[in-house]
Amino acid sequence: MEFSYHSLQEIVEMAENRGMRLSDLVLMEQANVLECSQKDVLDRMSEQYAVMKNAELRGQEKDVKSTSGLTGGDAYKIKKAMEENRTLSGPFLAGALMRATAISEYNAAMGKIVAAPTAGSCGILPAALITMEEEKGVSEEDCVRALLTASAVGMVIANNASIAGAEGGCQAECGAASAMAAAAIVELSGGTPTQCAHAVAIALKNIMGLVCDPVAGLVEIPCVKRNSSGVANAIVAAELVLCGVKSAIPVDEVIEAMAEVGNKMDVSLKETAEGGLANTTTAKLLCRKVFACKERD
Amino acid sequence: MNIFDMIGPVMIGPSSSHTAGAARIGKIASLLMKEKIVQADVELFGSFAKTYKGHGTDKALVGGILGMNPDDERIRNSLEIAKEQEVQIFIRESSRPAKHPNSATITLKGEKGSSVTVTGASIGGGNIYISQIDGMEVSINGQNDTLIVVHQDMPGIVGKVAEFLGNCGINVCNMALSRETKGGQAILCIAIDGHTDLDVTSYIDRFVGVNRCIMLLAGGK
Repeated sequence: MEFSYHSLQEIVEMAENRGMRLSDLVLMEQANVLECSQKDVLDRMSEQYAVMKNAELRGQEKDVKSTSGLTGGDAYKIKKAMEENRTLSGPFLAGALMRATAISEYNAAMGKIVAAPTAGSCGILPAALITMEEEKGVSEEDCVRALLTASAVGMVIANNASIAGAEGGCQAECGAASAMAAAAIVELSGGTPTQCAHAVAIALKNIMGLVCDPVAGLVEIPCVKRNSSGVANAIVAAELVLCGVKSAIPVDEVIEAMAEVGNKMDVSLKETAEGGLANTTTAKLLCRKVFACKERD
Repeated sequence: MNIFDMIGPVMIGPSSSHTAGAARIGKIASLLMKEKIVQADVELFGSFAKTYKGHGTDKALVGGILGMNPDDERIRNSLEIAKEQEVQIFIRESSRPAKHPNSATITLKGEKGSSVTVTGASIGGGNIYISQIDGMEVSINGQNDTLIVVHQDMPGIVGKVAEFLGNCGINVCNMALSRETKGGQAILCIAIDGHTDLDVTSYIDRFVGVNRCIMLLAGGK
């Protein structure tokens, strides 16, 4: 069995018709494509998940600091607040925010991470999965399988829109990661493939148009915080869908719209560090501090 | 594209273009050296030149030059490791126009005097494109396992290599030849389908006229 990742609806229908989870279908298909057993695919994916978990732990440490010195240490603050029971939203949401921040900060500190789908958005999907495991008691094996569901979502977005900030803005990177995480959370909560598609649609709709405007061109400000908001957005989409809410616009059309928005976005807002937050007075000041450079004045 | 393009690569942050891709370019240059490297001159272009300090692109390139893969945690300390291993590193920001926004030209020198110059670009997601080796135009994208055969331009070598690969059951999906001058140094780049566990490089390395043969694996190791 082989299918193209050009329509999420098509994949969802295939899974529904067979009474399978999206991850089961993707596992069958990918074992075929990669010319290996399903166990090999899962074993390799487990290794990726282990790297994610390591980054999550290391990123929570107190002394995490990026090479530029611009970011680091915020995950530790959230962790402390959680330990002291001072969070507004409780361990599920705050935990997800803390994990996304931790992994993203660890990435900025030249830590070992898994691009998911990119390094800039690497905190979102693992934060969702680890939080489901820690707070909702889902099994590690199911989390590894949910990475396959997320991958399918990512591939459809990559094929029809983009997962690169330079091509589609932050909606392409953190947006894609958030949609991937939303589908994973729905599947891990026992939702159907159709519900996964609705969650993807809603997550993308909520983040549509987000520009990529990294201060000093570095994967730090505002990327770290957009990782936390990305996982929060995934939780919002999943929660809505699991309550029975549907996306009025079908998922494939949302992805098409995302591509259109990305194409219409000005180049100064696509990872070039020439517009948006990167163009603020403070950003320019920080840029000079980091590089002692004058090119961006 | 498969699931490991979405969940991967495993890499040292912060940027697949500025660290993972950079490490791969450095590694490819190092693989082309037959002897211990004692000096590396790195010329940075475009965004590499502008942001390397903040991204750690210099550490990633040097890590690659020292033989590290993009997921090697020693990359963070590669500049110190280079010092320990007595490899002199010179990094400069180029004023020449960049062919690609994230690119570098690396010249390595060995203890016995041999050298190699590689120009490569980091084209996103940790993917790379090598455009020049020792001044010869090449086109290596790292999407497939790719055999690189540096050899003396003389009759029969291309056929011999291709025949040998055929005998091993290896299918060629792309092949390109480039040379300095007639009878001078030449480079044969052969992208293959799938992956072979056979040690083809040490066999081809022994062919008369072949100076160096390496296999670059898709995914960059």
